Amino acid sequence: MTEISAQPETPLIQVDNLSCVFDVSKPWLNRVVEREPKQFLRAVDDVSFEIRKGETLALVGESGSGKSTIAKMLVGLLEPSAGTILFDGQPMIIDSSERMMELRKRFQMIFQSPYASLNPRWKVADVIAEPMVVLGVEKDSAKIQARVDELLELVGLSAADGSKFPHEFSGGQRQRIAIARALSSNPEFIVCDEPTSALDVSVQAQILNLMRDLQDQLGLTYLFISHDLSVVRHMANRIGVLYLGALVEIADSKELFKAPQHPYTRMLLDAVPDLEMTGRQRKEVEGEIPNPINPPSGCTFHPRCPFANERCEREVPGWTQTRFGVAACHGVGEGRIPAAEITR
Amino acid sequence: MEAVSNFLASDLFYRFRKSPVAVLAFIVTAVLVLSALFAPLIAPQNPFDPGSLNLMNGFSQPGEPNQFTGETFMLGTDDQGRDVFSTILYGLRISLFVGFSAVMFAMVLGSVLGLIAGYTGGRTDTIIMRIADIQLTFPAILVALLIFGIAKGITPPSYRDEVAIWVLILAIGLSDWVQFARVVRGATLVERNKEYVQAAKLIGRKPMAIMLKHILPNTLGPVLVIATISLALAIIAEATLSFLGVGAPPTQPSLGTLIRIGQGFLFSGEYWILLYPAVTLLALALSVNLLGDWLRDALNPKLK
Amino acid sequence: MSTPLLSVRDLVIKFPTRHGPLTAVDGVSFDLAAGEVLGVVGESGAGKSLTGSAIIGLLDPPGHIASGEIYLKGERIDNLRPEEMRAIRGRRIGMVFQDPLTSLNPLYTIADQLIETIRTHLRLSEREARKRAIQLLDDVGIPAASRRIDDYPHQFSGGMRQRVVIALALAAGPELVIADEPTTALDVSVQAQIIDVLKEQCTQHGASVILITHDMGVIAETADRVAVMYSGRIAEIGPVREIIQNAKHPYTSGLMGSIPTLAQEEDRLVQIPGSMPRLSDIPPGCPFNPRCDKVFDKCRVHRPSLIPVENREVACWLYEDTEARGAAT
Ligand SMILES: Nc1ncnc2c1ncn2[C@@H]1O[C@H](COP(=O)(O)OP(=O)(O)OP(=O)(O)O)[C@@H](O)[C@H]1O
Ligand SMILES: Nc1ncnc2c1ncn2[C@@H]1O[C@H](COP(=O)(O)OP(=O)(O)O)[C@@H](O)[C@H]1O
Ligand code: SF4
Ligand code: SF4
Ligand SMILES: [Mg+2]
Ligand SMILES: [Mg+2]
Repeated sequence: MTEISAQPETPLIQVDNLSCVFDVSKPWLNRVVEREPKQFLRAVDDVSFEIRKGETLALVGESGSGKSTIAKMLVGLLEPSAGTILFDGQPMIIDSSERMMELRKRFQMIFQSPYASLNPRWKVADVIAEPMVVLGVEKDSAKIQARVDELLELVGLSAADGSKFPHEFSGGQRQRIAIARALSSNPEFIVCDEPTSALDVSVQAQILNLMRDLQDQLGLTYLFISHDLSVVRHMANRIGVLYLGALVEIADSKELFKAPQHPYTRMLLDAVPDLEMTGRQRKEVEGEIPNPINPPSGCTFHPRCPFANERCEREVPGWTQTRFGVAACHGVGEGRIPAAEITR
Repeated sequence: MEAVSNFLASDLFYRFRKSPVAVLAFIVTAVLVLSALFAPLIAPQNPFDPGSLNLMNGFSQPGEPNQFTGETFMLGTDDQGRDVFSTILYGLRISLFVGFSAVMFAMVLGSVLGLIAGYTGGRTDTIIMRIADIQLTFPAILVALLIFGIAKGITPPSYRDEVAIWVLILAIGLSDWVQFARVVRGATLVERNKEYVQAAKLIGRKPMAIMLKHILPNTLGPVLVIATISLALAIIAEATLSFLGVGAPPTQPSLGTLIRIGQGFLFSGEYWILLYPAVTLLALALSVNLLGDWLRDALNPKLK
Repeated sequence: MSTPLLSVRDLVIKFPTRHGPLTAVDGVSFDLAAGEVLGVVGESGAGKSLTGSAIIGLLDPPGHIASGEIYLKGERIDNLRPEEMRAIRGRRIGMVFQDPLTSLNPLYTIADQLIETIRTHLRLSEREARKRAIQLLDDVGIPAASRRIDDYPHQFSGGMRQRVVIALALAAGPELVIADEPTTALDVSVQAQIIDVLKEQCTQHGASVILITHDMGVIAETADRVAVMYSGRIAEIGPVREIIQNAKHPYTSGLMGSIPTLAQEEDRLVQIPGSMPRLSDIPPGCPFNPRCDKVFDKCRVHRPSLIPVENREVACWLYEDTEARGAAT
């Protein structure tokens, strides 16, 4: 894949041709009786990207576009069907080897649901200490206690909160606890899968600000996943747009919002409500996401794309270099897509 | 101390206090369990110490002085002159011991199998749950009888009375693990997909640690409910087996054995030898069952 | 002024608990004119859904209206008997909920459900009802409505289902539609479509709308007026455009600042410290006072009621003298 500019240093994360295929067939007996073949769902389809140290790469896309699946593969919760992931040059291979346990200290994840991500039967202090203890970052129990207190204060709670149970906290506070747990093993890289989409906007603002402060303080690298473009705009240096499991555009964050190239990116941007009341007319998006089990031929976006032509139905588009990134679109390659009207 | 005050302040305890049935059932259960525990202190005689028995006391009417010895027995005596009240206390001990142990055994076995089936899935799950399904198609008492029969066949006759109680526990326990396995498996299927389990996997925790430290504590609520209801059933199962003569031996009679012995005297008019053990069994089984039912409703968030 | 379509006066909703009653909605009052779209925003737990449920008489016990009145076209509806209320629900007040599946019965076809609703409330023959049902589905943008009407709910996608629910809500030609988080469960690209259909159809049928959501963007595009709720009370109510561009209540302005937007250049979002209090410990005085940066002594003791400021109402002591001035002139 052609990235914008070849970076001399090795990226922290290098993902090449990553795919994930789920077997969604009916049980064997049903298949035999109904004479149906096996069915497969390509949740992630040949995705490549890299994340440099200290930056935030965001992945945006609608429900089912494969965001969480990519996140799970990156942290070793799911085995890729094809492709490789290099973490600081080392391959991510899910096993319990010494090398992998060392590697596990260096990445963490923050989940979407502040309710399901904390074990309701564990005290908060134990929740936060777990990665530290299991990964052997800290062994002395007094030091662990001190570190837990420090972490609680770092995320804006108080040390006394450690002896409470998760149900005693609000959604926003629980997400702070989840962040403290993610920081407990001193990771460099954190995957954040929709960390604020279950929260109210005012709470979301607190959490987003906290995450940015922590990034500045600790030099963290984020993969930030969201379906909300305005949130992504706030968090990311670069943005990758996913549609039906495939990346359709990667570009520098500011530029993506100024000059979106891929028709799907434009559609997503047009669907963002106009809160500033600039009079920008929001365009209604046509159609719905197709069934991922039988994705459309050629460019999978063609049934909804206003610029689709006969070639788009036939041929899968390759990458086209744009001014600040890349896009996978025949129209962009052929230069037949008019510049987006930007009212922002 | 903190745990006690927490419990007293909890919603569960509040709901308990507000339910007269639960309070009554609890009091009856507690009284029965305590009197069984302290039977040697409470009972006027040790009915199984031949030295303390006087055959002359046989068939004393409840509450009336014996025509030969002038001794009075609150609940009367049997043909051997054993005080029925004392036999009930000692019988209660055996019944409760067998019931508790059988449920413990079933609970540990069922929970472990359910946890493994639910967490590993695939073929292991299929095998465990098919065995459970097949066992469920036979009545529990039949399974217990079968196990009892087999165990009896393989133990030498001289040991039979000694091991009878343990065989009973094994038989009832094995006939009862399925419910625990099903419930724990169901809860495990829900819990294992939650994000806290993913967070534990992510740091390389082994399946064993995830099952025991993370998932198991979250399945304990329903397990507790089933354990209570099972206890009532196990006590009845034990009584049934003993009544059929395949349970506790006459040297260590449980309530069921006492009822079996007592029914022989029913038609000759000595009703008390049967009636009082039967009433005790009924009170015990009913109150434990009511407690279990209440617990199930109290822990079910949908009924709140 | 003519009688408003809906008038809510001092609505108080309480839940009895063993530690005494909790007040979840506390003195909510607002009017809704015919044809108007009122947005209701606020954090989760602010009392939005309860207010909506109270209006349609669907409060889950033990929650109950402890005091206050609700009038529909001047007629009191909060103390009606359940069967009288049932006649109003569906006929005069339609409902759209967050999860379309709660409003649709999976065992019946779309046609069954629509026709039944139409015929319960309107005197139409089976044939006429079916024709109306197809027309309704067509209006809400279901392609090939005459064919798809005989499908079951599970054969539709989430967005399509929500369109069907909107058709169902409008089936009997209600005067008011209450939509509680109608797009929260849907994909971003579909949300806009649903909001558009809802608004367009309600306008066409002349129905007023109460649109409950936590998404200010949806309100901005759809509503005429907006009520901002906090801790079971209305903090500010007035025309959408004015409130978004120039919020008066400190909570509203904090809330507006905390919404990330595409145009914003600065990196940090405005954030309100702390969080909304639990129902069991709402502070005395102004419920927002522990988090407010403009708080002064009076706020901690006396509770502000809605004070008219220009063409809106604000529950904040900062605007007290405005009222005095207004009364003087
Ligand atoms: N274990 C699985 N088995 C079968 N299909 C799956 C599995 N996990 C995910 N999928 C499918 O893969 C696709 C991508 O799923 P994924 O969870 O990554 O989406 P997402 O972008 O995170 O969406 P959302 O915004 O809803 O979280 C979806 O079509 C989903 O149904
Ligand atoms: N059945 C109930 N029992 C006790 N409290 C309730 C119940 N239903 C709602 N509440 C409380 O009432 C408040 C308002 O709820 P709701 O109207 O649902 O909020 P929202 O603004 O999110 O729609 C919340 O604090 C909620 O916890
Ligand atoms: S390749 Fe064709 S169909 Fe696909 S986005 Fe580009 S123009 Fe549209
Ligand atoms: S009344 Fe006082 S505390 Fe409340 S919002 Fe106004 S200034 Fe702030
Ligand atoms: Mg996801
Ligand atoms: Mg709500």
